[in-house]
Amino acid sequence: MGLRDAFLGWPVVRQVTGTDPLGRGAAAQSAHTAALRPRTATADRVVQSICPYCAVGCGQRVFVKDEKVVQIEGDPDSPVSRGRLCPKGSASEQFVNGDRRVTTVRYRRARGTEWEDLPLERAMDMIVDRMLDTRERTWQSEVEGKKVNRTLGFASLGGATLDNEENYLIKKLFTALGAIQVENQARI
Amino acid sequence: MAECHPVGFQWVMEAKMRGAKVIHIDPRFTRTSALADQHVPIRVGSDIAFLGGVVNYILSNEKDFREYVVAYTNAATILRADFVDTEDLDGLFSGYDPETASYDGESWQYAGHGQEAGSRGQDPDDAGETNSGHELGGRGATLETSRVERDETLQHPRCVYQVLKRHYARYTPEMVEQVTGVPVEQFLAVCEAVTENSGRERTTAWVYSVGWTHHSTGVQYIRGSAIIQLLLGNMGRPGGGIMALRGHASIQGSTDIPTLFNLLPGYLPMPVAGEHDSLDDYVATISEPGMKGFWTGARSYSVNLLKAWYGDAAQPENDFCFDLLPKLTGDHGTYQTVMDQIDGKVEGYFLVGQNPAVGSAQAKMHRMGLAGLKWLVVRDVNMIESATFWKDGPEIATGELRTEDIETEVFFLPAATHVEKAGSFTQTQRMVQWRHKAVDPPGDARPELDFYYELGVRLRERLAGSTDPKDRMLLDLTWGYRVDEHGDVDGESVLAEINGRFETGEKAGQMLPGFTSMKDDGSTSGGCWIYSGIYKDGVNQSARRKPGQEQDWVAAEWAWAWPMDRRTLYNRASADPDGKPWSERKAYVWWDQELDDGAGRWTGYDVPDFEVSKPPSYRPPAGTGGPEGLAGDDPFIMQADGKGWLYAPSGLIDGPMPTHYEPHESPVSNPLYTVQASPTRQIIKRKDNLSNPSAGEPGDDVFPYVFTTYRLTEHHTAGGMSRWVPYLAELQPEMFCEVSPELAAERGLDNLGWATITTARTAIEARVLVTDRVTPLHVGGKVIHQIGLPYHWGVGSDAYVTGDSANDLLGLVLDANVHIQESKAGSCDITAGRRPTGPALLRHVEAYRSRAGVSVETGNQQVRRVPGDVVHESRDRA
Repeated sequence: MGLRDAFLGWPVVRQVTGTDPLGRGAAAQSAHTAALRPRTATADRVVQSICPYCAVGCGQRVFVKDEKVVQIEGDPDSPVSRGRLCPKGSASEQFVNGDRRVTTVRYRRARGTEWEDLPLERAMDMIVDRMLDTRERTWQSEVEGKKVNRTLGFASLGGATLDNEENYLIKKLFTALGAIQVENQARI
Repeated sequence: MAECHPVGFQWVMEAKMRGAKVIHIDPRFTRTSALADQHVPIRVGSDIAFLGGVVNYILSNEKDFREYVVAYTNAATILRADFVDTEDLDGLFSGYDPETASYDGESWQYAGHGQEAGSRGQDPDDAGETNSGHELGGRGATLETSRVERDETLQHPRCVYQVLKRHYARYTPEMVEQVTGVPVEQFLAVCEAVTENSGRERTTAWVYSVGWTHHSTGVQYIRGSAIIQLLLGNMGRPGGGIMALRGHASIQGSTDIPTLFNLLPGYLPMPVAGEHDSLDDYVATISEPGMKGFWTGARSYSVNLLKAWYGDAAQPENDFCFDLLPKLTGDHGTYQTVMDQIDGKVEGYFLVGQNPAVGSAQAKMHRMGLAGLKWLVVRDVNMIESATFWKDGPEIATGELRTEDIETEVFFLPAATHVEKAGSFTQTQRMVQWRHKAVDPPGDARPELDFYYELGVRLRERLAGSTDPKDRMLLDLTWGYRVDEHGDVDGESVLAEINGRFETGEKAGQMLPGFTSMKDDGSTSGGCWIYSGIYKDGVNQSARRKPGQEQDWVAAEWAWAWPMDRRTLYNRASADPDGKPWSERKAYVWWDQELDDGAGRWTGYDVPDFEVSKPPSYRPPAGTGGPEGLAGDDPFIMQADGKGWLYAPSGLIDGPMPTHYEPHESPVSNPLYTVQASPTRQIIKRKDNLSNPSAGEPGDDVFPYVFTTYRLTEHHTAGGMSRWVPYLAELQPEMFCEVSPELAAERGLDNLGWATITTARTAIEARVLVTDRVTPLHVGGKVIHQIGLPYHWGVGSDAYVTGDSANDLLGLVLDANVHIQESKAGSCDITAGRRPTGPALLRHVEAYRSRAGVSVETGNQQVRRVPGDVVHESRDRA
């Protein structure tokens, strides 16, 4: 950069001589800021999704770089939302990448005072043990002479934040286990 | 709507810019009110009086859309002679049994049905079927229609139109003011706006949310608006309808493909012990041979579900394994389960993306329930309060629970977020939208799909070879889903099962194009009949994403809506009886005689919600049931008589027409009837669920104020997805209460100071926001102050922001139709300053109980007659 360019590139000169007399746009831009690119422009790929909060069902575009979500924005193609998101939907990148998100299995034993670590595989087996044990001990073939084929020994709550396919598997599996106390937010 | 569904609200603003009038009826002034033409502050719990007042205005001024009403609703249908209205029994309908606090709805039927008609009614089992609320789900109610009598002049004293007119005659503008606190002029302005904006050329929409459903009479609130919309001809037409704005991404989907105790997929009921011992018994309670409409396909829908679940094991000879299904014996809803947990009857619990320790009414009972378990599995993205109640819950602070004594074993399993898995959400208009997966979940986090699939695999491995009959139901289950190289389940293979396929014949293996292809002989299968067609042609229709800007306003090529990709239900009603649009302006679906070489066909902007080749002139031979029984001008194809129901002859257990009762806890005496509160509300008498005294009971002055709960734009329900998000936590950091300047003065509350709010259950503290967004209302000669409470915070230690939960204040009392709690109207006291902590909190609440004389019995009388000051002119007729 020559002297002339250095002088003309000086922000005050650009402010006085350029199209930005208030110095709030192009005049304030440095070489560094001029070179900045939005995360949405440098993403490796964009994936179409749907906002996870309320049931309006706004379209989302998920920007991924190096296998990490780097930004989530509204999807302009959606006839529902036309690219808009509310404060929750706009903050959903933080929901995905939250600092306090727990990503390992935690276990609290009966009467325990602290969490402990537990491998996922082991946790799955322990849950299966408990389901079968409870089911075996609380099984009802009949109630007041009427056939019922069920257990009231364990129950489930949740589904409104899950996918249809997930709800389908929960209902199918629990019904097959005879566990009828399956509920979700729709009754709340 | 602008607060909780802001992006949806853009369409309301679009309509407003094009000249629509926007009216907001809400106890509080919100962002919606700020953008509305009229804000109508209303007393919580009084909406049925308001809606009934609108019905009365329409009928007494003959503002109904008569041609629509006569042709498309049951206005002309004649009722049985033994039906007696609340006007004549001072707040009760005929058939009430005080012993069971329930109705025998037999006398509510259409004339010609039941005992009057002979054979059918003589079966004593019939009566029970007509009003078993929670089992009806969304399927309407069985009804034999071949003998329906109609008077299309609407003059017969027992026709629905006249019965409705008498029922609401006393819901005058003056009465509305007395009950709701809405001044007569304001109320009439709403009536005029709504009626002027309905008819051939214009339509009006009603939008509601849990402000209507969370009441002991919640179902009847919705019925109230259904009556208005049918009278004004606003159903099945563009710009009309009643829209439920639902608050979770797929709460609609989790009702359609239900994780609910009383339903199977597609609103089929869960079988009941003793009533449904065989598939024949079961189907008979859903449909009857004489009934019109598509519910007569119930056998086919049920067989397809069983075939999807039990595959080759499901054969005609064994009732398609119907016998394997577990059976209900009553209410097994979430609140019943929680009480059973407290009482030590439930050992295990799965919480999946749900935080009841904060988000459910009477949250303390939920926490005590968790402490009564042997084992608990919490699957969530964040370490929610329902997972940590054992170390930092409010009951640890009060000393009611001790960490070292709590036996509950807790497994916290991290869940995947919405971008870490592929799957479908069903949004609030029944539209199913597919999400593609963006990245893998971190660490041990897994999608629910993988968790439940894996659980099923392991359970089946453990039980393999078992000869125990109870294990057959698990071992015979179809559980072979497509998995990728990492062992992750492909959600599309589950969606394909939901859609259904041809099992035999030349199309064997191909996807069903829709539920009308389902057969009841086992030759087809499909996990949820109303979703059949979502995988039509082997293509995931919910993943369609033709940009909205390249489509017309219906945007039919974006995603897929159940049933059969219809975007507006009952859209046959958008055309007149002859099949022509009611007006060019409101054209949507119509009959075009030119199509199909002159044979004619229904066409339009949407998929017709009608048999496409059935002409408007079609009349079925007498006695024809099923779809063939629907005339060419019967638009309500899921109703047993093809008509929209102004009056519900069956399907509801608390009455055929909405009737105003006060909330369970109310400082106001019911001005309309001496019966104070809903005579069928589900009261739960327990020491841990005490009620505040209501008007006219001793101690009613101890809890003189009304409170209601709500959401904020920046948070989501119990906060599991928002209090851990820094931006959102910062935007709304702290629990607060909204009070009017008048109440603040009366109670010495300072803006930004603290207040303690107390009920017979507990006390919570909140920052005070003194604001004229809440206004005192004049009701029946007294001033009613209402307090607004957001409910997003909870007591714990992991979220960025914590605080007392408004849900702790609520008692449990339920709508008997659906077992949903009354959480939008309660009574309380409010005082300045922070609440006591530790055991002192318990003493504080106990002092209130003692002052109000609260016991397990008080406030809990099923039918309490309060001498009102309203003259019941109609009583003379009784």
